[in-house]
Amino acid sequence: MDMSAYPLELPEGDRPMVRFMNVTKSYGKLVVLDQLNLDISEGEMVSVIGPSGSGKTTVLRMLMTLETINGGVIYVDGKPLTHMPKNGTLVPADEKYLRRMRASIGMCFQHFNLFPHMTALQNCMEGPVQVLGLSKAEARARSEELLTMVGMIDKKDQHPSRLSGGQQQRVAIARALAMRPKVMLFDEVTSALDPEVIGEVTNVIRKLVTEHNLTMLMVTHQMGFARDISDRVCFFFGGKIEEQGPPDELFGNPQRDRTKQFLSAVKDAD
Amino acid sequence: MSIWEYMQIYGARLASGTAITCAQFVLAALIAIVVALLAGLGKLSQNWLIRGTSVVYIEIFRGTSLLVQLYWIFFVLPLFGITLPKFVAGFVSVGLNVGSYGAELVRGAIQSVPKGQWEAAYALSMSPAKRMRRIILPQAIGIMLPPWGNLLIELLKGTALVSLISVADLMFQAKQINASTFLSAQSFGIALVIYYILARFFITPFMRRMERAMARRLGKA
Amino acid sequence: MSFNWRWDFTWDILPRLLAATLNTLIAAGAGYAIALVLGLILALAQRTGWRGLTVAVREFVEFIRSTPLVLQIFFVFYVGPQFGIRLSPWTSGMIAIGLHYSAYLSEVYRAGIEAVPKGQWEACRAINMSTRDTYLRIIIPQALPPSIAGMGNYLVGIFKDTPMLSVIGVAELMHTANAIGSESYRFLEPYTLVGVIFLAISLPTAGLIRLFEGWVRRKLGL
Ligand SMILES: Nc1ncnc2c1ncn2[C@@H]1O[C@H](COP(=O)(O)OP(=O)(O)OP(=O)(O)O)[C@@H](O)[C@H]1O
Ligand SMILES: [Mg+2]
Repeated sequence: MDMSAYPLELPEGDRPMVRFMNVTKSYGKLVVLDQLNLDISEGEMVSVIGPSGSGKTTVLRMLMTLETINGGVIYVDGKPLTHMPKNGTLVPADEKYLRRMRASIGMCFQHFNLFPHMTALQNCMEGPVQVLGLSKAEARARSEELLTMVGMIDKKDQHPSRLSGGQQQRVAIARALAMRPKVMLFDEVTSALDPEVIGEVTNVIRKLVTEHNLTMLMVTHQMGFARDISDRVCFFFGGKIEEQGPPDELFGNPQRDRTKQFLSAVKDAD
Repeated sequence: MSIWEYMQIYGARLASGTAITCAQFVLAALIAIVVALLAGLGKLSQNWLIRGTSVVYIEIFRGTSLLVQLYWIFFVLPLFGITLPKFVAGFVSVGLNVGSYGAELVRGAIQSVPKGQWEAAYALSMSPAKRMRRIILPQAIGIMLPPWGNLLIELLKGTALVSLISVADLMFQAKQINASTFLSAQSFGIALVIYYILARFFITPFMRRMERAMARRLGKA
Repeated sequence: MSFNWRWDFTWDILPRLLAATLNTLIAAGAGYAIALVLGLILALAQRTGWRGLTVAVREFVEFIRSTPLVLQIFFVFYVGPQFGIRLSPWTSGMIAIGLHYSAYLSEVYRAGIEAVPKGQWEACRAINMSTRDTYLRIIIPQALPPSIAGMGNYLVGIFKDTPMLSVIGVAELMHTANAIGSESYRFLEPYTLVGVIFLAISLPTAGLIRLFEGWVRRKLGL
């Protein structure tokens, strides 16, 4: 692959927090994402919507480097994420480089994935102590502050098996934030929840948007919520961004037929 | 001769045999656990040399008999310049044999930890070694404790074979007493009961305690 | 290293070892046949609904499973003569190994039977089927496929435990290797060959059992 088109570092003045540059992902013959280009600027909240199988999760997993990519480069904060500079060109990143780079990205999963053998507090402290090398006291202070923010401080010594889905997801958000990521990823964080507890999780995310200057990328099926809090909404279809724009425009006045069909289909379902 | 008289005469020998059996059990169990962890992790390694070594060890020790391994280690290994005292050859053979079965338990347990746990640890930027040690292994141990309980009973039974290279364990003493007295029902019967007591009232309750402690760590108890 | 593998000696002893392998296979086969039948009896005895019998059989199974086979072999072989009953090494060996593995197989059967949904029993009751027919025609056919893996493991297990029969003089593979060793003072070749023969039989057998299990599952549309 010719890497000369990709700079070793993005130039000053053209440095979005995240840049997907011609990113391609395929599983065998199935092309899941085709030449994706997407910029997310610092502090921006971008929602990703689209039909099942359109590649939404894949976008997040590539950014978390849980999936390798087959073409293109992803940049985070101006520096290449999937590749590293070597002898004046970009080569696929090794494990060590990846580990350093992905420390600036946090992710929350649909099924929470809390560590069952640790309490809520221990879950939050694990990364800061084991990865960032913070002292126990510092990590505890940081974690307790975050657990307070998500409203889980009174349950800090409970194991995940004693928490409801909504509570587990709030702890998972605190755990990701404890690493002080620059970019937060949310993959359908409310899909596995009972309807009555969805609000407690969306309220936390809402709080992050209004009170913190985090860059966020969120996959969701909750159109109302996406419209409410996003700076921009991307509609994915067949591994491509079919349409994107400010929420009021995309939801209020969609331009493309596929977007219209999708939006009316989900409206009917509600 | 009543059982009571029998025990007065031979009880001490059976007790010393039981002590040797317990020592063989503990030492063999330690070897089995260490080897099982190494080979179980090794079978999942990215490195083909480590993986290959683990697979060869597991298949050879699971594919042949403990008795064959014991004789081989005791009688053939000295030809390669490795001479082990019979006591050591005994627990090493039993440990290596059971370790090969344990390795499969370790591998299976690690693979049954949900994939999401790997991903969550990965997303926290944990190194592969930390992911394994702090997140995956503690959960895998909880999964594999119950089958290890059965395996340790197999290990206890396996130690009886060391009597065949003249380690003076419980089995050996029972055989010796039988040979000089022909009181077979008493000699072998009492030995059977002692093995049963060790398995049923020591190993099994100990493993249950471990399982309960593990469940507490997972916040399930 | 001070060892040297002697090929001429190897070719000398190989026919004897292979002949003994036949005995090993016969011992494993006969022991397994006993275990299959006895195991079924032990499993069904626990389902008669008669509490005393269930508890007694359970304890018996536990006892057999937690005590060493080699000790059980000695017990069966030596206790008879004390009371005037003489059993040949082969007979005692087959009784001991068959009994030992029947305890394991009874657990396999039990798990298989318990895995059949309760609704199947109720359906049989609803059409007034006899208990015997319920077992033979409905329950056992469904309990069998999930039991095959366990049954296969114990077939390989019994094969690998036959060397213990050498302790009472059954002329199987291990016994023959011991005899060769004490005649020739060479242990390297006989013991290594025994290991190789065991590997050569148990590894493919384990593979075949896996294939067979898959085949049965497909056959029954599971
Ligand atoms: N590991 C994999 N192997 C093969 N194909 C995969 C794999 N992971 C995802 N895919 C395929 O990639 C495509 C995109 O999947 P992705 O999970 O990104 O969809 P999605 O938009 O998140 O869908 P959903 O709304 O159902 O979560 C799908 O067709 C899926 O089948
Ligand atoms: Mg998805």
